[in-house]
Amino acid sequence: MSNGETRFRVPAPPFRPGEEPDFSHLKLPKAGEAKRPDPTVEGRETQDLALGLVGVLDHNHQAVGEWDPKVSADVLREGLKHMVLTRIYDERMLKLQRQGKMSFYMKSKGEEAVAVAAAMALRDDDMIFPSYRQQGMLFARGRDIVDMMCHCISNSRDNLKGRQLPVHYTWAEGNFFTISGNLGTQFPQAVGYAMACAYKGEDRIAASWIGDGTTAEGDFHGALTLASTYRAPTILNVVNNQWAISSYQGIALGDAPTFASKGLGYCLASIRVDGNDFLAVYAATQWAAERARAGHGTTLLELFTYRADAHSTSDEPSKYRPKTEGEVWPLGDPIERLKQHLIGLGEWDQARHEQLEEEMTQLVVKSYKEAESHGTLHEGPLAPTQTIFEDVYAEQDWRLKRQRQDLGV
Amino acid sequence: MPVMNMIQALNSGMDVLLERDEDVVAFGEDAGYFGGVFKTTDGLQAKYGADRVFDTPINEAAIAAMAIGMAARGLKPIAEIQFADYIFPAIDQIVSEMSRIRYRSAGQFTSGCVVRTPWGGGIRGGQTHSMSPEAFFTHVPGVQVVVPSNPYDAKGLLIASLESGDPVIFFEPKRIYNGPFDGVPDKPLSSWAKHPKGEVPDGHYTVPLGKADIVREGEACTVVTYGTLVHVAEAAAEASGIDAEIIDLRTLVPYDIETIAKSVNKTGRVVVAHEAPRTSGFGAELAAQIQEECFYALEAPVFRLTGWDTPYPHAHEWAYFPTRDRFARAMKTVTEAA
Ligand SMILES: Cc1ncc(C[n+]2csc(CCOP(=O)(O)OP(=O)(O)O)c2C)c(N)n1
Ligand SMILES: [Mg+2]
Repeated sequence: MSNGETRFRVPAPPFRPGEEPDFSHLKLPKAGEAKRPDPTVEGRETQDLALGLVGVLDHNHQAVGEWDPKVSADVLREGLKHMVLTRIYDERMLKLQRQGKMSFYMKSKGEEAVAVAAAMALRDDDMIFPSYRQQGMLFARGRDIVDMMCHCISNSRDNLKGRQLPVHYTWAEGNFFTISGNLGTQFPQAVGYAMACAYKGEDRIAASWIGDGTTAEGDFHGALTLASTYRAPTILNVVNNQWAISSYQGIALGDAPTFASKGLGYCLASIRVDGNDFLAVYAATQWAAERARAGHGTTLLELFTYRADAHSTSDEPSKYRPKTEGEVWPLGDPIERLKQHLIGLGEWDQARHEQLEEEMTQLVVKSYKEAESHGTLHEGPLAPTQTIFEDVYAEQDWRLKRQRQDLGV
Repeated sequence: MPVMNMIQALNSGMDVLLERDEDVVAFGEDAGYFGGVFKTTDGLQAKYGADRVFDTPINEAAIAAMAIGMAARGLKPIAEIQFADYIFPAIDQIVSEMSRIRYRSAGQFTSGCVVRTPWGGGIRGGQTHSMSPEAFFTHVPGVQVVVPSNPYDAKGLLIASLESGDPVIFFEPKRIYNGPFDGVPDKPLSSWAKHPKGEVPDGHYTVPLGKADIVREGEACTVVTYGTLVHVAEAAAEASGIDAEIIDLRTLVPYDIETIAKSVNKTGRVVVAHEAPRTSGFGAELAAQIQEECFYALEAPVFRLTGWDTPYPHAHEWAYFPTRDRFARAMKTVTEAA
């Protein structure tokens, strides 16, 4: 695929608006095919995993192969609940953004398993350095939904005092680092954090997430270099949702066969995972965490998924990709797949699913009512105005004191 | 004459440059097929081909470096950094390389190019979509720094920038892409159609670098500013009835000291204004130069109206941004000083 006659290669996505999307060219290995080596394996011996695809749920929604994490039905139901909540929350927040209740929003539709399964497979004291599309982790770690909403509508209860754009959460208590709007910066920071944990003799690890497009940044390569040099206890995750705003993944991938394969040059354990398969994400994260905790260093995980909705509320994806592309995505929908798996096990049914959706919808609606009682961006109350001068430094110097006086607050 | 907003005018400027010279190329994150997140390069890939207008990987350092390499081989690159807040990964390539290629090679190589980037606040963009990082670049010998404030100037300055043969960091005030802004928060957008500089010729023309524009003549005080705040200053003069002379710098490096000095020598009172934080902001340079040139004509201390020395806030954007009312108070302070 290229852009016609050009003097150097300019990659182009397989389909543009007006074309019929069809992913039959994607030769994806079947669920259950991948071998599961011992987590102490040499990084360079993970080539098959970097080029293949770790999948557990097959097309009949049954768990197959060596990577099946064999978790209890209770854990699966908990995962399903967090994913359903994430989707309903996103949907509601998008609507509220459209009504002017917040300045901006970003959904994670289609990528719920990437966030929820990883957070559940990690320990709660493991440190996470997310991008802006892993809100599912907050639900999995039990963050208060009202607090999340108060941040998004920048009101008086926003724990970030209205300083950050919506969805750029911070939650130190939940070991959730402060999200940056500058792409990729958190990747090498996570390695530094992991090194500090090792230094302090802790067995906590650090994990970070960036998008496919962001792997082009120098910070991606910086993180892999640090991880390889210091054998830091880190999990570095690339969420390949096929798109970086309007640029398809080939713009960052170049001639590499997979994003996971980029880890092989650094001799890091590198695995491509079906990101829409809750069990596969859970199993791969568990494997990488075990490896890191045992002192064998960093794993690069590529979570192969699809951004099922717009990049953000400032985006209009029908301008650059066919509207129906998501519908023919061969790896399906993560919530539907886990639901069908549980039904197949006899541990779930349609009526319970509908009840869950109803409960989560009620929870979100009720939470928003409460959040709004603490104010909204446009109507207030907000954090007191003088808070804009706080936290620049530990102590305000004469300039900030004088500027606060000038503003009269 | 056609009426254009700033995006259309910039698009037209690039169209003219691409049309006239096969060596001109334009690229950036999402700048190719999609035409940029602000649609500034809209339609240009379809018109000129995917090796002249194209998407880049998300790596600002590489984007700047690619421009340098291409310029060394005779191309005339127009690189887009998606937001000025994201120019920092490119700072080494700009500061240590792009700016010095001519100097360190004693003229054997040059790095003429334009690095365009949406700049400034007023759009509720929070700390990573609102910054005004011009002072980082005005401090770098070898790069020119341009900030247009209207569609006509935007196109003419863009063409002049690429034709200058030296690197230009071209900051585009995104708050006024679609219409001028008077600095009164949350007012409905006005349109460029009603502004005289919304009329933009289709073809080639230039607005010279290094030449400021007096957008309002007056006697009571001089306002030196650029970008969005030019319009806020005009609104403040109107609202307060203060007869300010308002200078739109247009080019920050090299800035037009002659026009500034002439005005200050006339009024004796000055407000310099920008959205960026105060300490070491471009206003500090202007204030220092004004006191060197016009010390004996000054009747009041030079007033710096700026953003605060804090990161750009989100919810309290209007407590940070120099609004019309803050502008009017600054003008009043300098005109009433004994
Ligand atoms: C340093 C930097 N450059 C550019 C941007 C603008 N930007 C925001 S998101 C984005 C696309 C990121 O795509 P990807 O990494 O694939 O993550 P996804 O949004 O798909 O989750 C871009 C270019 C930015 N935020 N930071
Ligand atoms: Mg992506």
